[in-house]
Amino acid sequence: METILLFAPLVGALIAGFGWRIIGETGAQVVATGMLFLSCLLSWVIFLGFDGTTHTHSLFTWIESGTLFTDWAIRIDRLTAIMLIVITSVSALVHLYSFGYMAHDDNFRHGESYRPRFFAYLSFFTFAMLMLVTADNLLQLFFGWEGVGVASYLLIGFYYRKPSAGAAAMKAFIVNRVGDFGFLLGIFALFWLSDSIQFDVILPMGAEFGQMKISFLGMELNAANTIAMLLFIGAMGKSAQLFLHTWLPDAMEGPTPVSALIHAATMVTAGVFLVCRMSPLMEYAPFATNFIIVMGAATAFFAATVGLVQNDIKRVIAYSTCSQLGYMFVAAGVGVYSVAMFHLFTHAFFKAMLFLGAGSVIHAMHHEQDMRHYGGLRKKIPYTFAAMMIGTLAITGVGVPTTYVGFAGFFSKDAVVESAYAFGGQLGQYAFWALILAAVFTSFYSWRLMFLTFFGAPRGNKHTHEHAHESPWTMLVPLGVLAVGAVFSGVVWYNSFFGKTDAVGRFFGVPYEVAESHGESDAAHGTDAKPEGKGYAHYNLVGAPGEGAIHAAADNTILNDAHEVPKWVKWSPFFAMILGLVTAYWFYIVNPSLPRRLAENQRYLYQFLLNKWYFDEVYDFVFLRPAGWLGRFLWKRGDGAVIDGGINGLALGLIPLITRLAGRAQSGYIFTYAFAMVLGIVVLVTWVTLRAAG
Amino acid sequence: MDNLLSIVTFLPLVAALILGVFLRGEDAAAQLNAKRLALAATSATFLISLALWVEFDPSDTGFQLVEQTDWLFGLTYKVGVDGISVLFVLLTTFLMPITIASCWGVTHRVKEYMIALLVLETLMIGVFVALDLVLFYLFFEAGLIPMFLIIGIWGGKDRIYAAFKFFLYTFLGSVLMLVAMIAMYVDAGTTDIVALLDHEFAAGPVNLMGWQVAGGMQMLLWLAFFASFAVKMPMWPVHTWLPDAHVQAPTAGSVVLAAILLKMGGYGFLRFSLPMFPVASDIMAPLVLWLSVIAIIYTSLVAMVQEDMKKLIAYSSVAHMGFVTMGIFAANQQGVDGAIFQMISHGFISGALFLCVGVIYDRMHTRDIDAYGGLVVRMPAYAAIFMLFTMANVGLPGTSGFVGEFLTLIGVFQVNTWVGVLAATGVILSAAYALWLYRRVVFGDLIKESLKSITDMTRREKAIFAPLVVMTLLLGVYPSLVTDMIGPSVEALVSTYDLALAAHAADAMVAAND
Repeated sequence: METILLFAPLVGALIAGFGWRIIGETGAQVVATGMLFLSCLLSWVIFLGFDGTTHTHSLFTWIESGTLFTDWAIRIDRLTAIMLIVITSVSALVHLYSFGYMAHDDNFRHGESYRPRFFAYLSFFTFAMLMLVTADNLLQLFFGWEGVGVASYLLIGFYYRKPSAGAAAMKAFIVNRVGDFGFLLGIFALFWLSDSIQFDVILPMGAEFGQMKISFLGMELNAANTIAMLLFIGAMGKSAQLFLHTWLPDAMEGPTPVSALIHAATMVTAGVFLVCRMSPLMEYAPFATNFIIVMGAATAFFAATVGLVQNDIKRVIAYSTCSQLGYMFVAAGVGVYSVAMFHLFTHAFFKAMLFLGAGSVIHAMHHEQDMRHYGGLRKKIPYTFAAMMIGTLAITGVGVPTTYVGFAGFFSKDAVVESAYAFGGQLGQYAFWALILAAVFTSFYSWRLMFLTFFGAPRGNKHTHEHAHESPWTMLVPLGVLAVGAVFSGVVWYNSFFGKTDAVGRFFGVPYEVAESHGESDAAHGTDAKPEGKGYAHYNLVGAPGEGAIHAAADNTILNDAHEVPKWVKWSPFFAMILGLVTAYWFYIVNPSLPRRLAENQRYLYQFLLNKWYFDEVYDFVFLRPAGWLGRFLWKRGDGAVIDGGINGLALGLIPLITRLAGRAQSGYIFTYAFAMVLGIVVLVTWVTLRAAG
Repeated sequence: MDNLLSIVTFLPLVAALILGVFLRGEDAAAQLNAKRLALAATSATFLISLALWVEFDPSDTGFQLVEQTDWLFGLTYKVGVDGISVLFVLLTTFLMPITIASCWGVTHRVKEYMIALLVLETLMIGVFVALDLVLFYLFFEAGLIPMFLIIGIWGGKDRIYAAFKFFLYTFLGSVLMLVAMIAMYVDAGTTDIVALLDHEFAAGPVNLMGWQVAGGMQMLLWLAFFASFAVKMPMWPVHTWLPDAHVQAPTAGSVVLAAILLKMGGYGFLRFSLPMFPVASDIMAPLVLWLSVIAIIYTSLVAMVQEDMKKLIAYSSVAHMGFVTMGIFAANQQGVDGAIFQMISHGFISGALFLCVGVIYDRMHTRDIDAYGGLVVRMPAYAAIFMLFTMANVGLPGTSGFVGEFLTLIGVFQVNTWVGVLAATGVILSAAYALWLYRRVVFGDLIKESLKSITDMTRREKAIFAPLVVMTLLLGVYPSLVTDMIGPSVEALVSTYDLALAAHAADAMVAAND
């Protein structure tokens, strides 16, 4: 079953990509989509029927050299199962959505067939992503990692006529490669120390790595910290964390369904998945996890500030994604991996829906993406409006604190914020406040998007507005399904991800025991645990590293502590949400001239945000230009003047002599060379013969 | 088949002789016959060489299929293969029919062209199977003559300059290697490579004109061989002949040069330097590792600013060969496995990339990157194939390009983390130059007037690429095809190397205590 699940998208991609001339364009689309729905169905079967025990199914050997061994395998544990349903559900819906969205495209001329190619890429992406999450070793994970990178590259550059698409595709790939550089070094270091990159071997060694030293670049460093840092650099690239985030906004050059699938729900969360997968190592790498908290919180804040002022509807959502990924990393960094996965899970639904909704708006508005030209679309596209509204309620975290009433984002985001607070110390305070501020901004830009798009008077092309039309059912059905996820995915799985520790332990297959009886012989173990029922008991996760899908070190009780935070902490995200909503309402409904005046008053700040903190400009100045300059210098000066110059200088005296001897300049060198070689052989042969005779 | 290796080696030469003696005329029919005969001969050679795959026993780390007979002047003809060399033979026989098929459009002195390529094949295979010093030297040096003719007669307009440069570089190396071979013969009393592998060359320090030379005789021999192999690789800073040679060479010449001839240097290191002069190799390894790192970073940066497609790919070849030398002198299983894998894989990938350039050069007669743009609009099949090999060149997992890069890096990381880290930046740089090339040539809208009527690949061109596509993906997904063949031999090589070093260290200890 796992094998079919895994390879169905690949088969779909191959048939769509190479067979469409035979089965027709529509046939190709149907096959690819059908394969994805098959995968999706099987994923849900696995997820719902999963018993918590990890099992691995080997296919065949991949790279083998000495003690290095990797195979192609399918490893299913709870983390994988969660990712399976996220990937295949969103992907199947995006395939369906693309029927409508990609039906006509002005970027291609009449008669050019682009749809089979698009579906093939989408399916190939899904396959690579599934390879990533089902890997039983870091190298197969890396295969998926790079595979999704290529799919992303191809899809961002899908509108190949647009120079900006080509540039964005290249940028995405290269920036990701910077992250991959760290990832690879992490793999090397792991292999060096443990002689293996199989999860079965390295995950149980987590605590040992915490004790080991590695001599890296002439320094004696803690092994766990070093490896975790290197792997996290990889995660930063793929999950667009601060400093390596610059590719994600540009990636919006791709068609909108791509943004929903790859740049919101799945690929960009691979970094979070990696950190959770490596949790047995992360738990013993305090420096690295602190760094993850710092970066995650900074990204959440930074991206949210930029999102405040962007005018392109997709870019707003892209920065929002970047920011939400920061939330997930904070949760992983403080050591509550289940919460990181929780936010990943709910975010996949509402963010995919926001993107698909934006796509529906763009579709309605004839590929206009600038929100300043929208306005008053509520009546024109009511279903899209409803979906976007649900998405906005979910991402801003609408719900009633301390109850079980709320949208998906409410549960997961509050869980992240509470975990950050529970982590404590200056770092915990920093993360907490950064996330709260980011929550205010999130609410503001999300509502700004809604108000600018759907409310007020139409501001754009009158003709376009009048012809704005609701999307076909192929686009609306996915929106509806995702809406269900955006509403209910939080409340349904709340207990599994962020409930009492025993529930979380059972869900992730991690043994747990009653906190008070810690270490005693009557401790309840494993999934068949029977709490010594006094109605209320604290539990701790006590699995050894590598046991179950996630790991918590003995002193890691954040999951418990997060439920015990003060009331005001639990309410603070709610107030943040309200504050953002009210401000946005005031700015864009009550007093629409205010934003422009504010932008004029605070021109420098506005420019700073609008230009995304000038990261692109700085990188261009610091990296790109010097690289080009250095390349030209090495080429002209190094190769040209120094090396060739030196040799030519040496040769100037020698060559005329040889050519004169050889007579004809044309082919002179060749014969001279042959002559010299023959001479050499004669010398050698003579010598050998003489020696042998004597 | 007792004479399997000899048949594989000399079949192309026989075909060349037949062409030279019997084929007359320069008309189209005669040209076609020449091409057909060459294609048939190289294909037959490939098919016969497949028997190697069957006959070769990977678990036996010694030489197999050995043939030995007396030759002129009391010299010995001795050939054989082991795990290190067998795949290079197969690589050569595999690529030659493809190379021949790629020059179907040539009309200038076709017969001579085919003869040159056929002779070249014999000489290249000879290098990999020779088990006698004199024989090796003969094949190694003579192989350059047909290559010279290919560049000099069928090449571009600056072919004489390129040939001149090539000459200067190789000449010095050849002379030194010759001297070293004579010295080895004097010392060991034999030119048999198998015997030489068992011979222990003195490694005690010697005094040479007032200079104390660590590693002694081993070091001097090592340096002499290094001079020759480093140019062949080519290693930085003796690489500048390669871009010029590639730019001037015709497509088939570039394919052979990049895919096979460059591998002779790496093969030489594995056959001579590492096993015969272990102490010297150990002393010099840091230098080679650093030169490799410089090659990777330096040439990648240079590749980024090239305006000529062939030059860009040539520089990228130098960078990829940097991974090879790095892996070899990491001198552990992963490093050497990776180096061999990288050489095999680079044979397919660089060959394919030069063929990709050839496809559009045949149509537009320019290699200038700026002359292209938006090819995807009219050449979708070409865009797809070029994409695949660009990604393979970048080292994408799932293509053969990844395996070699990964293994050499993981190998060297265990030896020197600085080298490992700096070399791994090649991962970023290669993506930069390769995708930049692809974007400028293939992506974008097709607006240049000259390209408006360009046609996609023909059936013949697709057929040429098909085997390369298959091999690149197959080795990427199932690299055991290669590593199973080379593994035991590499293991033996590495353990012998380590033992020799340990023995030398023990000797030195004893000497110091005395």
